[in-house]
Amino acid sequence: MQYTLLIVLLPLISFIFLGLMDSKLKPKVAGIIGTSVLGIITALSYTAAFEYFTMHKIAGVYERLIPLHIEWVRFTEFLHIDLGILLDPISIMMLVVITTVSFMVNLYSTSYMHGEKGFQRYFAFLSLFTFSMLGLVIATNIFQMYIFWELVGVSSYLLIGFYYTKPSAVAAAKKAFIVTRFADLGFLVGILFLSFYTKTFDFGILTSGNPNVFASTVGVSFMGLSVMSWAMGLIFIGGAGKSAMFPLQIWLPDAMEGPTPVSALIHAATMVVAGVYLVARLFPVYEVYAPDVLHGIAYIGAFTSLFAAVIACVQTDIKRVLAFSTISQIGFMMVGLGVSGYGAHEGLGYMASMFHLFTHAMFKALLFLGAGSVIHAVHSNEMKDMGGLRKYMPITNYTFLIACLAIAGIYPFSGFFSKDEILAATFEFSPYLGGVMSIIAGLTAFYMFRLYYSIFWGKGHKHAHDHTPHESPLAMSIPLIFLAVVTIFAGFIPFGHFVTSDLANYDIHLDMTVAVMSVSIAIFSIGIATLMYRKESKIPNIMGKTFSHLHKSASNRFYIDEVYIFITKKIIFKNISTPIAWFDKHIIDATMDGFAGVTQWTSVKIKGFQSGQVQQYAYIFLLGTLIIAALVLFV
Amino acid sequence: MNFLSIFVLVPALMMMGLYVSKTRKQIQFVTATGASILMILSGVITYMYLSERAAGNMAEMLFTADTVWYAPFNIHYSVGIDGISVAMLLLTSIIVFTGVFASWKIDPLPKEFFLWYCLLSIGVYGFFISTDMFTMFMYYEIALIPMYLLIGVWGSGRKEYGAMKLTLMLMGGSALLLVGILGIYYQSGATSMNILEIAKTTIPIQAQYYLFPLTFMGFGVLGAMFPFHTWSPDGHASAPTAVSMLHAGVLMKLGGYGCFRVAIYLMPQAAHEMSWIFLVLTGISVVYGAFSAIVQTDLKYINAYSSVSHCGLVLFAILMLNQTAMTGAILQMLSHGLMTALFFALIGMIYGRTHTRLITEMSGLMKVLPFLGVSYVIAGLASLGLPSLSGFVAEMTIFVGSFQETDTFHRVLTIVACTSIVITAVYILRVVGKILFGVIQDEHHKHLTDATWFERLSVVTLIIAIFALGSAPFWISNMIGESVLPVVTQLAK
Amino acid sequence: MGDLFSNFLTGSVPIEAYLGVSLIMFFAGVYGFLSRKSLLMILVSIELMLNAADINFVVFNRYLYPGQMEGFFFTLFGIAIAACETAVAIAIIINIYRNLTSVEVGEIDEMKE
Repeated sequence: MQYTLLIVLLPLISFIFLGLMDSKLKPKVAGIIGTSVLGIITALSYTAAFEYFTMHKIAGVYERLIPLHIEWVRFTEFLHIDLGILLDPISIMMLVVITTVSFMVNLYSTSYMHGEKGFQRYFAFLSLFTFSMLGLVIATNIFQMYIFWELVGVSSYLLIGFYYTKPSAVAAAKKAFIVTRFADLGFLVGILFLSFYTKTFDFGILTSGNPNVFASTVGVSFMGLSVMSWAMGLIFIGGAGKSAMFPLQIWLPDAMEGPTPVSALIHAATMVVAGVYLVARLFPVYEVYAPDVLHGIAYIGAFTSLFAAVIACVQTDIKRVLAFSTISQIGFMMVGLGVSGYGAHEGLGYMASMFHLFTHAMFKALLFLGAGSVIHAVHSNEMKDMGGLRKYMPITNYTFLIACLAIAGIYPFSGFFSKDEILAATFEFSPYLGGVMSIIAGLTAFYMFRLYYSIFWGKGHKHAHDHTPHESPLAMSIPLIFLAVVTIFAGFIPFGHFVTSDLANYDIHLDMTVAVMSVSIAIFSIGIATLMYRKESKIPNIMGKTFSHLHKSASNRFYIDEVYIFITKKIIFKNISTPIAWFDKHIIDATMDGFAGVTQWTSVKIKGFQSGQVQQYAYIFLLGTLIIAALVLFV
Repeated sequence: MNFLSIFVLVPALMMMGLYVSKTRKQIQFVTATGASILMILSGVITYMYLSERAAGNMAEMLFTADTVWYAPFNIHYSVGIDGISVAMLLLTSIIVFTGVFASWKIDPLPKEFFLWYCLLSIGVYGFFISTDMFTMFMYYEIALIPMYLLIGVWGSGRKEYGAMKLTLMLMGGSALLLVGILGIYYQSGATSMNILEIAKTTIPIQAQYYLFPLTFMGFGVLGAMFPFHTWSPDGHASAPTAVSMLHAGVLMKLGGYGCFRVAIYLMPQAAHEMSWIFLVLTGISVVYGAFSAIVQTDLKYINAYSSVSHCGLVLFAILMLNQTAMTGAILQMLSHGLMTALFFALIGMIYGRTHTRLITEMSGLMKVLPFLGVSYVIAGLASLGLPSLSGFVAEMTIFVGSFQETDTFHRVLTIVACTSIVITAVYILRVVGKILFGVIQDEHHKHLTDATWFERLSVVTLIIAIFALGSAPFWISNMIGESVLPVVTQLAK
Repeated sequence: MGDLFSNFLTGSVPIEAYLGVSLIMFFAGVYGFLSRKSLLMILVSIELMLNAADINFVVFNRYLYPGQMEGFFFTLFGIAIAACETAVAIAIIINIYRNLTSVEVGEIDEMKE
């Protein structure tokens, strides 16, 4: 399957071409090039997926294929960074997800970004992102993943800061990059630990289950934790940074400053699930050698999920609501992985998590693109400027509704199936955690329908612009419709036949109690949302007043950003850097200047001896002669 | 005379050519031709070196030649190159070439400027091809002196102060060095000052205890090791563009190269026992430089402190005393040389237009200077270690190499050094955000013109080199890796 | 004293007498060189010292190697050089005076610093 190389290379070529040509190309041409390249690689990915999953399995297990593998740079006898392509069920699934969403977003952008300055640059960056993200998922070794991990970080930086004349966008881009970079530090140190003891970066060797690989980690511990816990924990920090897990979630809501299609692609469907993908990739290692970390991941995921869901209930910017819902949903995926075991039924959580990743990518991209369509129509992100749009934008309305139903977990939409499996796996792990996750699922349904009603129902407010909102053009509607169709039917994919923890077949059985319970919670929550937001109602205000404290904290995102600003501005800038710079100037440099000063002072002081007065010299000479003569004569 | 000396001869010929040239056109012609010849020559020498190695010549130094220069002290003019010198020659040629174009329209006194510039490059080239310690030292001094005049005459701001400080501190370092070199010669009992000869002898351990710190500090001053780094911000800030480029790009590498070639190679026992002191100092350099850079407001100061941090990493990796880390150190020298030269070139070009280097006085330049802006972003990304640009490979090699040392001391220091990747991101993005993005505040900045052809040539050459090193590091890292090996074997003895 | 005087008349003056004169001349010169502020007086002092040395040359030649003439020749050299030196020095002093209207050594410090 050599042609999979093309899937990665074409976007790169497209990036280089678009990047170098930039404004020499007509915007339209740039859009066509970008989109058609994505179209081609989407087709290639589908072919690859079809070919791979229909291939002959060995003993009922999917093979890991490595169609390409080169050594890029060698560090030591054992350690070398390779670049290669690894095809296995999850990477194939990711290929499909990324190319599909990316294609849709490219297509959507040709219309959404029409007339923007820097249109060509935008498509170049989109290609760069797609290239990096694809490189990340097909990585054969952890260092290759790290390389592309950094590249997606930069693409994300560039795209968030696309409107570079807007200070808030620049600040958001910077924040996103630095927060994830900080997390990457953990990732890097984790890689260093892991590779030092296992003598390899290769995923194939790491996940082969061969205990010899980990032989030298046995008994090595540091501060009471085994070295594997350290390594895997640090690696997870990297994942947590990209996937916006608490407390590193702060960059994601701000990242909504980027163009909406970018939010759909990077900050909803693909890049932010890289952390989940990382954990899934190393899942066998986590499961066997660092189960404590894995359980930690489950609790962090659950907490983040709850935290984000609560905040999402009170946000007023529609993109921020979606951003927090993304964080919450990624929390679900993390929980799925965290509670999972290895094997057929034990691996249910793993399978469910991947399934949720897949379905979530589709419906969340749909939600964002829908939101983009709305923003396009009313030129505002704020809910208060919307309302009653269902009459004007029927396609957006219906597709958005479908996505909302999916994320709320209503049968038969795709979200129901994947979320349900996660809940089932969680209940098996711990009923308490299961209960918490069910509540979060309820909250999800509530805030999504709050969002839905606020946009499409209720009274039409006075719009900022005098023209009436209208449905978006075809290039924007087609992706909506396509993603909506996928969202409706994706749930029926027998996912267990494709992606499981042990690569073997697994038939999904719906756990009826969990299913009925979750659907009823969802319907109940939607009911409340309908009551509160379908028509103008006083309930939200009353609620807000009753729980004013909670409401205020949640609106301010529980002041986590303030904590970060405190750390960066007050501690790092004021209390570390400024004193160091002061120290450098007034202590170190002053010492050096001091040496020069002392030299100069001494020279000034002894300058008198070198007066240039010959008589003085002669006098001293005479004295000297006399003294020497006296010494010679009398001593 | 062996053909390596051509690297010294060409700049000397350039000086002659400059001496007779009268108009600016002629000066430009002479320098551009000479610099291009040097570029080609370094390409040729790389090819010759690689083919010689491929043919199975495993001698430690290739193309060696030896002429007695001053018999009473056994000083020889001996030259020879290994993979590291080849890499350094390549780097020097690139920087000299781009430096010429970056100061294409230098004013006033273009002729004198380039005369000194060529003398400076003679010193640098000579240093890298010499294998005799004394000749090396001599070239080192040749490289230092023109610096004083170049900064003092063509500089900006507090140029006299900067020039004086830089020269005096480096001279101080070279005083330590001279004592160290003579000490090594007499203590080793060798019959020449040739490094390869001395390496075969063993210097008594008692002597190593004081000679190692002397030599390491002597070269360390040039490598901007904490606390001897303060010449770097003041010196660079006042130096003219091409001089900053050559100085930060190449001259600072003389420090790392010397530490590696003289201090560690000739005194392995002391290196083992005393490395911890310098590891702490260089570790401080790495983090300290980065933190200092965060609060600076002058572009050149930011870059100078970032150089302190990056060059600190070079010495840090050399002191890890294993092959991978040392290879990383040399790669970092190359990478830092290229990207810091790019930075200084761009800063010079921006300064030439806006007449300010304070980041508080600039904003939104991306709109009027798209070429320079994009190049600045690329330089920034290289500096913060983006994969596919040179910084990443170098830093990763260093970190992986440093991690091979298992004791807690080395571990902790390595992790501390790793944090620099985050701090670097902070100050780079701060600058990029402040000066390039946003809306133009200053009315005068709205009518700036983007880079001219010679500026573009200079910048593009550097960017291509950064990309090449970052995307295809394997051949150069192999070339360096095998050349590091003799030092590693020496250390294992 | 009478002895010295009769010796002087008979032509056999003891060496101490010559040396005594030259010693007095020399130290007069040294004192003058150290204490005088005027360039001219310093020059005169130098001449005194030179002449004291010349006397010594002649005297020692006469007493130690009576048959030879080197000491006399050297003295003539000394006189010639002293003459040249004086000429040059006076020329310099005149120039200094023209430029600075002073020949005091303490005041001539234009070239310092």
